[in-house]
Amino acid sequence: MPQDRDIAIDVQGAVKRYGTFTALKTISLSIRDNEFFTLLGPSGCGKTTLLRMIAGFEDVTEGAIYLYGDEIDTLPPHKRPVNTVFQNYALFPHMSVLDNVGFGLEMLGKSKAEARARAGEVLEMVQLSQFAARKPSQLSGGQQQRVALARALAPRPKVLLLDEPLSALDLKLRKAMQVELKHLQRETGITFIFVTHDQEEALTMSDRIAVMSAGELQQLGEAREIYEHPRNVFVADFIGDTNLMEVTVDAVSNGRAQCHLGGGHRLTCDAVDGIGPGAKVHMSLRPERLFLSADPVADESLKGRVREMIYIGTDIATIVDLDGGPQFTVRSSNSSRGNARIFEPGTEVAVNMEQGAARLLID
Amino acid sequence: MAGGGATGGTVQSETYREARTLLLLPAWVTLGLLTLAPLMIMLVYSFLTKEFRGGVIWEFSLDAYDQFFFDRGLFGDEPPKIEWTYIGIFWRSIWQAGAATILSLLIGFPTAYFIATRPEGQRAFWVFLVTIPYWVNLLIRTVSMKFLLRDEGPLNDGLIGLGVIAEPLGIVNTNLAVQLGLFYSYLPFMVLPIYAAVERYNFALSEAASDLYAPRWAVLRRIVIPSVKPGIIAGCILVFVPSLGSFLAPDLLGGAKTFMIGSLIEEQFKGNAGNWPFGAAASMILLTMVLILLLVSARQSRKEAV
Ligand SMILES: Nc1ncnc2c1ncn2[C@@H]1O[C@H](COP(=O)(O)OP(=O)(O)O)[C@@H](O)[C@H]1O
Ligand SMILES: [Mg+2]
Repeated sequence: MPQDRDIAIDVQGAVKRYGTFTALKTISLSIRDNEFFTLLGPSGCGKTTLLRMIAGFEDVTEGAIYLYGDEIDTLPPHKRPVNTVFQNYALFPHMSVLDNVGFGLEMLGKSKAEARARAGEVLEMVQLSQFAARKPSQLSGGQQQRVALARALAPRPKVLLLDEPLSALDLKLRKAMQVELKHLQRETGITFIFVTHDQEEALTMSDRIAVMSAGELQQLGEAREIYEHPRNVFVADFIGDTNLMEVTVDAVSNGRAQCHLGGGHRLTCDAVDGIGPGAKVHMSLRPERLFLSADPVADESLKGRVREMIYIGTDIATIVDLDGGPQFTVRSSNSSRGNARIFEPGTEVAVNMEQGAARLLID
Repeated sequence: MAGGGATGGTVQSETYREARTLLLLPAWVTLGLLTLAPLMIMLVYSFLTKEFRGGVIWEFSLDAYDQFFFDRGLFGDEPPKIEWTYIGIFWRSIWQAGAATILSLLIGFPTAYFIATRPEGQRAFWVFLVTIPYWVNLLIRTVSMKFLLRDEGPLNDGLIGLGVIAEPLGIVNTNLAVQLGLFYSYLPFMVLPIYAAVERYNFALSEAASDLYAPRWAVLRRIVIPSVKPGIIAGCILVFVPSLGSFLAPDLLGGAKTFMIGSLIEEQFKGNAGNWPFGAAASMILLTMVLILLLVSARQSRKEAV
């Protein structure tokens, strides 16, 4: 039994089956005290299921869940000191905003007056004091979202669970709420478990991220680690844009792997345990770690011809057809330095890569 | 051009108005013939003079109302005192109907909740089961109830057989028998509106409440019941109102002590002993009370909707 007080939630070998369908396949992960932790993955990968198991709405088919060392997976939801911000808010329509926020405290046995006083404080924290007397239906989507947040924070839960809380908001509001959520997490010191399918949101907000797919944990780590050292094809592809190339490993020596891709282009990159000579695997090359030049700057520059230029705003993406081989996307910032590396369609160019840009992946 | 367009619009809306009048005609005729006209006849009759063998004499009179509320002695020449007989019958009717309504609510709410929480494909089947007994005529159902409840009936036999009681309960001819009869007569009117409300209820709210430390009972009391309240109110009205004016259950299951307003009215129009203006007046008084009840509950729910 883990007794570590630094671990807020410990999921040990949790399995969830619905009949014959396995929604979660043996998930184990530890979420640290006071951490902004994100569950990231495409729709249907089991994020909500895992969150609901922690909250107590779904029982655990196999395995166990601990909250600061205490097993909670057999407790009913109302006995678990965790609160949830629901995806569709689930505000009580017949209660005022103030009573919505005070509800949890009342249920914990606080007097109505005490509950209201604390609810008022929390509403102030999310800048909704002037709406305390309204009914939820009289608020905008963004305001309802904050009420849901205030309601879940008011009882001072040990862990706050947030299931895609921002998905219904428009982009601008969403960005503002991302900042606010992060700020609230720091201010309250409560452990947040945040669910999203938006990788950018996950990268900007999280201390650590668990990437999930098809009911399995793919990788767990800090944003930078997951982006720059994706462990497998799924993670590399799901997080950010990347050029995924099929490569064949020719030789491995001194921690470096020599590979070639279609068209005979040669590349050298860091070797990865478990990928030896002769292996046919994937390689990830982030577009922003590549740059174009008129003439090759190194032995391993790849020769090709510009097919298309795409204006993105902050960046410009150039699509290059390698001679006799695959297609590459190269991104450069829309700045005077970046624009010096832009070439018109039809031009012969060399694709160069920064140190460590190429990564071999386990499938 | 702009003027022409405006004229066209007027012509069109006139056509529309005519069509609408025509389409609404059946509704107006139905309402007029089947609701307003009988009501007006009742109202007029309640202010006429009684004919001894039933029927009325076309002479204005307040006797019917006077008889309902005041006692002027055997020969009608004493100073008026309040007549408690009919008010008492009224009061008992309200009480009986109220008890039947509460009983229906206590049984009907869990039933409706149960049905609404079945998987979607099964709900129609459960609703069907609830309504099956109501394909049988009310009279026959009420008589069957008497057979169930009587001292030699299966209820008493069963309880004695199980050793719960030694003597038959003697339920028939009591208030309880009438309440059970009314309850059984109108139960679906309680179940169906509550079922409809619970089916529309967002169960995520129950999850949110239990997430916020509410035990099951508190979830029910603080979240579910307030959310389905319109269905509960509708069900209560639909059971209470017909129970109030019912005469079958009190006649068949009750005795002299359980006489209700419905039976009183019924008697005034039956055979030669009746008093039509008095029956009409009692009906108008009943109707007024029901209207007041409906208005109060409508105002209540409007206040809460804001
Ligand atoms: N009650 C249920 N019965 C059967 N399958 C379910 C149930 N709830 C979820 N699932 C399935 O489990 C998988 C994971 O669902 P979910 O956790 O909601 O995914 P996510 O939140 O990542 O989009 C999905 O394939 C979904 O269809
Ligand atoms: Mg989900």
